[in-house]
Formats: sequence, C-alpha cells, structure tokens
Amino acid sequence: MIALIVDGRRYDVDVPADKPLLWVLREDLAIVGPKFGCGIAVCGACTVHVDGDAVRSCSVPVGEVAGRAVTTIEGLGRDQLHAVQRAWIEEQVPQCGYCQPGFIMAAVALLKDKPQPTDRDIDEALTNICRCGTYSAIRRAVHRAAAIMGGAS
Amino acid sequence: MKLSRRKAIIGGIVGAGFVGVGWWFAQERDRLGDVRLFNVKSDQAALNGWVKIDRHDSVIVAVPRAEMGQGVQTGLAMLVAEEMDARWDQVRVEDPPDDPVYRNVTVLLDALPFSPEVRGATVDGARWATGKVAGVLGISITGGSTSMRDAFLPMRTAGAVARDLLLRAASRKSGVAAGDLVVSEGAVRRRDGAVVARFGELVDFVGDLKPVQAPKLKDPAQFKLLGKSLPRIDVPAKVRGTATFGIDVRQPDQLHAAVRNAPTFGGAAVGFDLKGELPKEIKKVVIVPGGIAAIGTSWWFANRFLDDGLVVRWRPGPAPKLDSAALWKQYEGLLETGSAALTRTLGEAVKAAKPRVVEATYRAPYLAHATMEPMNCTARVGKRGVEVWMPNQSPTLVRKVAAETAGVATANVTVHTTFLGGGFGRRFETDLVRQAVTCALAMPERPVQVLWSREEDIRHDFYRPMALARWRGELDVSGGTPRLTGVTKRQVGQSSSDAFTERAFGAPALGQPEGNAVENPAYAFPFYRLEAVVADGAVPVGFWRSVGHSHSTFFDESFVDELANALGKDPFTFRRELLADKPRHLRVLETAAHEAGWGSPLPPGYGRGIALRASFGSIVAQVAEVAVEGGALRVTRVTCAVDCGPVIHPQIVRMQMESGIIYGLSAALHGEITVSEGSVEQANFPDYEVVRLAEAPAMSVHIVDGAAAEVGGIGEPGTPPIAPAVANAVFAATGKRLRDLPLRLA
Repeated sequence: MIALIVDGRRYDVDVPADKPLLWVLREDLAIVGPKFGCGIAVCGACTVHVDGDAVRSCSVPVGEVAGRAVTTIEGLGRDQLHAVQRAWIEEQVPQCGYCQPGFIMAAVALLKDKPQPTDRDIDEALTNICRCGTYSAIRRAVHRAAAIMGGAS
Repeated sequence: MKLSRRKAIIGGIVGAGFVGVGWWFAQERDRLGDVRLFNVKSDQAALNGWVKIDRHDSVIVAVPRAEMGQGVQTGLAMLVAEEMDARWDQVRVEDPPDDPVYRNVTVLLDALPFSPEVRGATVDGARWATGKVAGVLGISITGGSTSMRDAFLPMRTAGAVARDLLLRAASRKSGVAAGDLVVSEGAVRRRDGAVVARFGELVDFVGDLKPVQAPKLKDPAQFKLLGKSLPRIDVPAKVRGTATFGIDVRQPDQLHAAVRNAPTFGGAAVGFDLKGELPKEIKKVVIVPGGIAAIGTSWWFANRFLDDGLVVRWRPGPAPKLDSAALWKQYEGLLETGSAALTRTLGEAVKAAKPRVVEATYRAPYLAHATMEPMNCTARVGKRGVEVWMPNQSPTLVRKVAAETAGVATANVTVHTTFLGGGFGRRFETDLVRQAVTCALAMPERPVQVLWSREEDIRHDFYRPMALARWRGELDVSGGTPRLTGVTKRQVGQSSSDAFTERAFGAPALGQPEGNAVENPAYAFPFYRLEAVVADGAVPVGFWRSVGHSHSTFFDESFVDELANALGKDPFTFRRELLADKPRHLRVLETAAHEAGWGSPLPPGYGRGIALRASFGSIVAQVAEVAVEGGALRVTRVTCAVDCGPVIHPQIVRMQMESGIIYGLSAALHGEITVSEGSVEQANFPDYEVVRLAEAPAMSVHIVDGAAAEVGGIGEPGTPPIAPAVANAVFAATGKRLRDLPLRLA
C-alpha cells in the first residue's frame, strides 16, 4: 500500500511503486483532470503539483510521492477558483482545452516563484504544448493572474 | 433553373443508387425536426428538434457538432438564442442523438469538384441536387469549416419558431392576446416590458401548439447577441479540469485496452505468443483490425505488457520496403510523365514575342495531426445493443462502422460525442471504432476503452499527403518592362478525398484529386493552366486542417512571390494588380499589409512576406515578419486580416486565426513525417516537433467587414497562408528562396 495525499484527501493505493503518478490519479483515484499527452514528460498535459512544485506526472513513479502533497487541477480551485483559473476564464483562453489543466498548473507554479513574470520568464517556464495555438492568450492570462494576485496580497 | 433540369440531375443520382425518394420537396424548415427528437426529460418541453426549455428557466440548444476548440457550441447556440431572444446566461447545450435533421449539407456541397467561385447552371444544379442528397444520406459531420455556414439559417429558423411558440404559449397561459405580447431577455412580456411568463414557466403550456410556417428572421440590425464576443460555454469546465474528453469516459465495469498497430502500412497481426503466464491485470489479448490489443484493468499496465509480455507475429503490408526517398523519386517521374487526372485552363494562351520562363518546384511532406488528446474510443456491446463514447467528428460514420463491426443494425448503436482534445481532421476516421468494438465484442457487457499511446498516434495517422508541384510562368520581355503572359501549375499527390470515401463508404476511387488541392488561386492571371496527377500510395492519407489548401497555398503563394521578383515588382503591389477586380480580396490584402506596416524599414536580417488564400468561404491574408540571425530562423510577428462574411463572435474569429497560424507554423517550421522500411520514422513530440510558447510570434488579427457577404468558415482558413508568408519573408530577409517544407535555412 502506498499512502497518497491528493487534493487534500488521503488515499491508500495498492499499485506497483513504479506506476506513474498520472495513471494512479486517472485509473485508481478517478481524478481525470490531469491529461495524458505524450507519456515522456515533453508536452506537460499531465502537470500537477507535488509539494507546490510543478511535475510532469506521467514520468513520476508514484512511490516517489508517497506521503507528499499532490495537487491536481481538480483540487486547485475546488472551493474557490484560483486566481490563475479566474484569469484563464477572463481571457477566455481554452480552445479544445485538453492541454489547459497542465498549463494552469505550470502557471500557478511559475507565479509562486516569480509573482511578476516577464514574457521571457513565461516562455522559459511554460514549455507545455498546445496544438490549438492558445499561446498568446496564455501569455495575457498569466500577466492578468499576476495582477490579480498582486492586488490581492 | 427549371424544375425539369433539377429532376434530371437528381434522377441521375437516384439512378446511381445513392438515395431513395421522399425528400423531393425538402426545404430549409424541414431541418426543424420533430419535438420528440431531442431527448426530452420530464421537466422539459421541446419546441422543435433544436431547442428545449426546462422549469429552471434554461434554454437547451442541440449542438450536433463536435466541440474541438473552434467554439462551435457557443457559436451555434448563439444562433438559436438570438432569434428566440433568450438571455445568454440561461443557454446550455446538449449533444442530440444522431438524426438526419442534424445533417451537415454544406460539407457535401463543398466536396463537389468545382472551384467554389465557379457558377453556372450545371454547377448550381449539381450543388442543389447534392444538398438534397446530403439531407437523405444524413451525414452528421464536423469539418470543412462548415458548421456555421451550414447552421446559420436552420438554427436561426429553429430559434424563431421557438420564439413564436413561447409567445403563443404565454398567451394561452395568461389570456393576453398574442398580439399584445413580445419576447425579450428570456421572458414573454407585455409591450410595456412587464413579465407575463419566464420561459421556464411555459413548459406546461407549449403542448400541442404547432410551429408557424415561415417565421420571419431578424434583420441583422436587430441582433442583440450575434456579433458580440459572449463568454464561451465550454470555458469554465475546461478551466476547472472537469470537461469530459473521450479519454475521461468512465463507465461502470470499464476495462482499458492498449494497442500496437502493425509496423508496416496495411499490415496485420496474425498471431501472438505469451512470454509467460497472463498476468491478473490482463483479461484478454485480442487481434483487432490493424493490430493487437491487450485488454485489462489498467491502460498503463496493458500498454507495458504489449512491449514486455508477448511476441506478435505480423503480416507485413503491401509495401514493406517503402521509403521516402523512393517516393520522391516516383513523384518526380510522375511530375515529368504522369498523365493528369484533371486539367483546367482559364483564359487564352498568348504567345510571347520574346518569352522568358520562370520555373520552380516545391515540395510538401506528409504530416501527422498530433491532436493533444491521443486517439481513443470506448465501446460496450451487449444485450441492449452497442454504445460508443468517442471524441469524433462524425457520429454518423462512427455509428455505421460500429454497426458493421458488431454485426447489428445501426438503429442498435448509440454514439456519445465527448469533447475533442483536438480534431484537425483526424477524428473523421473510424479506425479506433473498429478496434474498440472488436475489443468490446470479446468482453460482452463491459465497456472497453481503447487508447493509443502517442507513438501509435504519430505512426498510424492518416497523413496530410506529401505533394510535389512545379509552377511555370511565362513572361514577355520584348518590351521595356517584362510582362506576365501566363502560368502553368503541375502537381502530384495522393487524393485524400478518394482515400477517405473508399475507407468510409467503400466507394470506388474516382481517381480525382482532392478538391481543395486544386482550387484556383484568386489571381487574374492572363492565362492559367492546371494539371493534377494523382499518385497511388501505400501511405494512408486523410484530411488535415485546411486539407489541400495547406500545401497548395504554399506552392501558389511562393510562386506568386517568385513572379513578382522576376517582374521586378513589390510582392504586395503585384498581388494588388492581380486582384484588381476582386474588391473583397483586395481589402483583406491591403488591411494585412497596412496593419503590418508593409514597406516600412526593418533591421538587417529581418524580412516581411505576404500571402493570401480564399478557402472555406473566407478570405485570409497574412504578413509574416522573420528574423534570420546566426543561421536561425525566427518568426517574430504575424499580422492577419480576415473577411469571413458576417461575424458571429469576433473573439472566436480572432482566436481561430491565431490557432490556424500556430498550427500552420508548426508544420512550416518543423512538420515532417518520413517513411523508411514501410514504417513512419517519427514517434513522439521530440521528433515530431511543434511550436511552443517561446517560438510563438506576436500576432494581431484584423477583421475586415464582410457583413453583406455569405457566412464563411473560420476553423481552417487561418492555416494556409502562413507557410508561404514565412517563406516569402525569408526571401525578403536573405534572398534565399526556400521551396521545400518544412522551411530549413541549410
């Protein structure tokens, strides 16, 4: 049994320790917000937080995150939408939407490190893939989220 | 056109065995649909096949088109909401059952082998007849940038009919004469604005009211919603992570299946040997069409098991030695000597007194779609029939193929269309339906979700065809300044439309090129000749965002630039001259050039390129600005102008242009699928690169007013111009002409 804390809830899962966190979330915990895109940590659709840091969950063995706090898109704004999610809605970012949970989680982590990121910071931190080409809207939304969070602090 | 002539044309189609009879007098309002069509629940009342109301005051609109990011749920719902005067915040959407009333007529009209600007009795007759046939065939399809064009009148009509019914229902409820009532903001009111009944209060009063015969649609000046950038219906769920894509379908007792497809095109699995005991996580190993599937309780486990747990015996496909170099050689031969399946000339050939020839050959590679959501399909076969959950672009085809695979009547198949994590044309295909239903047949009563890894997705796509084209321009240099006398284009490629109709309907290949690939450029050349050679090929080809426009525009717009250069003219000025009699095209071109600051100075190493294409009923021009520094190409800025006719939702139009630009830019800068030993060499994003944030240029989109024109498409027209705009910009920056896609400086 591996003990997991996901979105504030504790789970004990009976899975191999090398099963990727993404598939434990999706198959064993029915948390399907994090998406499968490439399986090799290059597209970022599976991004979640482990202890507040963005990780690509398709390539993180679940055994490595035992007992650590995992946050997914489904838990991020469960009670109240996160500022990044609000900015995403205000900027109407998503198109097909499949990659957006990963982008949102990556943006939240970026803003924790850099509350007022430059365009270059955003380019360097958000290396996720969006095939619909929402990139310019994502840039605007990150800046908007920074403004919302700055104003709130 | 006389009725007799229409009858003759349709008679021919009927005679060919395509259709029955009974649809003869079909009119626009016959697409209204019956109130029983649209899954009416107990607290709801249907007003026709497209709209329901419920007691909670919701207006529920049927959106029979796939939401794959193009904003179709929002755009189509707006049509109904506008005409019935609903409030936007009360509108919801639902995926209706597959029924002929939700057919897409426009997509078949577009597929006719005429260049769209061509009119005339025969062509119009064929269009009319095909419209009728489309109705009978009842193909529900999302693609070809047709959703808004197809729905613009039927869904507004549905809204207007609904509005009238609500007004009469309110009269029945309140006893106030209908003539003293108006509808606005989601309620029926007295003329002074006092609410008589909210929509939700009329559920029990609609009853047996019959729709009016010919509802009057609003004059565009009266529109309250259309033309506004309203909040998209699909955005909140997509931001919360709660939107259900195909891969997220979870049904009771669901199993998961991973697949390995045959390594070579057209190959198959003929058997397998387990390396050891079948692990408890795997229920069954099943040979499926095109490959082999492991069905179990975990996809992750099943996918790994396919690599580690068994040895598959494969039967190779018909071309196990195929490779890209040989294909190009074959195409080069066809370019010289192949007989043209289609030849078209416009204007009269003129003999130049002193001719000079400008000639250039261009290449475009195979491309994969690489939707973000890998291919998947969930199916259950049981006593209650077949149920399929799938992110798909044509529920009609899904239903047909599921029925064939399961050996049941289509009436016993139900299809649920989820959100699509990208479509781009890949999700017209039904290969996954065959595999999922085959798995489901092996596990009766249990839903099985087939999911492909990214590697399977890239290696087993239906690719944008590779293509080769040679443009030839003839100039007369006898006078002081050279003068263009004519152009000829000869191109070679597989026909994606032939391949698709053969796959989807078992229709014999017509041997004709795919229509978009042979559309005429908008320019008034003194003489134009097109020769299209259709190549056979083992590589499966399909529809890729903007279809044949995607490569033809690169060929055409690159060469127009080469002509301008040969004539010593500015590329923008030269295009203006050739578009002198096309005011809409001209305005789009001029807007893009003006907004981009065409002609203003740039730093060394920078250049601007321009390109224009009319496609799917819209006209798009783009100016790309590039920087070539240290041997590296960077696209710094893209300025886009679009005339898509009446604009329903300006922000979605702008976003779709940006989307088309990024999709086309990924292909222009990186996209290339190559074949070796009968297999695709690329497998995942590291070797099938796409544009990411850091590479995304600054973009601006300018909507040119086309309110007086017909509605145009927006999902695809943004894609075609970007590759040639960038190639032309590279030429402006460096003097180097890049004629092969993807664009590589060295």
